[in-house]
Amino acid sequence: MPWTPAEASVRPPAPAPEGRTSPTAAHHGVSVDAQRVFELENVSVAYGGNIAVRDVTMPIHRNEITALIGPSGCGKSTLLRCLNRMNDLIPGARVDGAVRYHGINLYDKGVDPVEVRRRIGMVFQKPNPFPKSIYENIAFGPKVLGMKDNLDDRVETCLRRAALWEEVKQKLHSSAYGLSGGQQQRLCIARAIAVNPDVILMDEPCSALDPIATARIEDLMRELEDEYTIVIVTHNMQQAARVSDRTAFMTTDVEPDEDGKDKRSGRLVEYDLTDKIFKNPGDRRTEDYISGRFG
Amino acid sequence: MGLGTPASSVETAVQALATPKRRGARERVFAVVLLSATVVSVLVLGVLIADVLMDGLGRINGEFFTSYASRRAERTGIRAGLTGSLSLLVMVAAMAFPLGVAAALYLEEFAPDNRLTRVLEANIANLAGVPSVVYGLLGAAVFVYLFEFGRSLLTGAFTLALLILPVVIVASREALRAVPRAIRDGGLALGATPLQVAWRQTVPSALPGILTGTILALSRAVGETAPILVAGAVLFRRSDNVPWGFFDAFTALPIQIYDFVSRPQEAFRVEAAAAAIIVLLAVLLVMNSAAIVLRNRYARRW
Repeated sequence: MPWTPAEASVRPPAPAPEGRTSPTAAHHGVSVDAQRVFELENVSVAYGGNIAVRDVTMPIHRNEITALIGPSGCGKSTLLRCLNRMNDLIPGARVDGAVRYHGINLYDKGVDPVEVRRRIGMVFQKPNPFPKSIYENIAFGPKVLGMKDNLDDRVETCLRRAALWEEVKQKLHSSAYGLSGGQQQRLCIARAIAVNPDVILMDEPCSALDPIATARIEDLMRELEDEYTIVIVTHNMQQAARVSDRTAFMTTDVEPDEDGKDKRSGRLVEYDLTDKIFKNPGDRRTEDYISGRFG
Repeated sequence: MGLGTPASSVETAVQALATPKRRGARERVFAVVLLSATVVSVLVLGVLIADVLMDGLGRINGEFFTSYASRRAERTGIRAGLTGSLSLLVMVAAMAFPLGVAAALYLEEFAPDNRLTRVLEANIANLAGVPSVVYGLLGAAVFVYLFEFGRSLLTGAFTLALLILPVVIVASREALRAVPRAIRDGGLALGATPLQVAWRQTVPSALPGILTGTILALSRAVGETAPILVAGAVLFRRSDNVPWGFFDAFTALPIQIYDFVSRPQEAFRVEAAAAAIIVLLAVLLVMNSAAIVLRNRYARRW
């Protein structure tokens, strides 16, 4: 089914808090059956024959922040990169199973990865502004997608949304490399929302930042949650507990392959409301990880 | 002063920390050897330049630039060679730059990783090492006779463009490769097509490096004698190639120098030749300085 950006921007109103809600005041209402943006079904990712992620099945809900946590090498980032087909760019990568986005499998033959990525944006681990002015960083996406009307307004709006406007409004046309790491990362978030995406993927967005810059990004994520669906990979369990509505815990398993060899690959252990994962995890391995016994 | 350590024990400590005499001497000898290696190479060049300047500086005047070649040494000039060289420079740049950058972009950004690509890559690297006179023979065979461009400016420009094309490709690829993956990923993650990312992010970011490599390659083309001599440059010419006479005969600065030094009279062999060499060196120096300025000015910190 063809799907135009105009439709993408028309979103149903956020579902009213109902059913089971998070007891933590910080989290706004989380509906158990909030609308599903993604449905992953038996997703496995292999790099040149080595299976990095195996058999992940989980939904991702609209207007929520979903955190992927787990020890290093468990495949969190790999799984995240399946959601906007960034894995396509890695030679030898192969995805099996279905990643359904509003019902359409992103890995179907007719799906154009460019069309996928303009709806599903991404913020990377290390801030990666373009070697251009602050203005041009924001304007690049709208320009290549043909959204050229009111570009100045769009740039200002995005910088305001990313809580960066006041800091940069005097120097919009100076290099983005003059900004601090935290500012650069907020610029990258502003750049991502400039193309009006449906979903924003964040791959450890704060791992290169100091605690103050991290706190600002976390505040920002909570504000953006009302308009966007956010999936974040994080090493920092406190971060997941602070910002996310749901948490998926992944770990590395060694299990015999079909051909009898032991192979390490990442698996989804447990996926639930963040409060449940952190207060009352259903799996022993989750409990060990969040209580700091391994990882 | 009551600050602890007595003076004598401080002296002992300083002695213990001093460089042992033998090692100090060896290090000095080694440094001198390295320095003299550097000095020798610069010195030889310095002597050559000084010699050329002494022979030729007196011969350079306004008329030397505005006169065509003459059989009389005191009236000869480099006008035809200079205009020929500048025409070649512009034409070669117009041919080699777009072609070289496009080839580099394909190999670096779009080519599938397969056997054909690897064969192409290996061949381009090898072509950069082929002696220039071979390109001249190729130019003579293909452009003069096969395409029937004759012994013309166009033939010379094609020949030199082919000569520097592998160098431009290799330099452009290196410049493109230096652009971090993260820049491309950032563009692609916004829904830009690979072509848009290449065109608006990767190439502009790599442009200083690409231009530097291209200018250095062009300065090599300007200094080349053998290939255009084989491919049909004329030694003696009394008209300009500006504005463009594509199918006219042509000469170039190094060709005129070659002509001057092969004549018997000292006024040609020494004075006029040295003067023309000074002009050629000045042109090359300007080009290479432009490349250095470009590189420093736009040096990127990622």
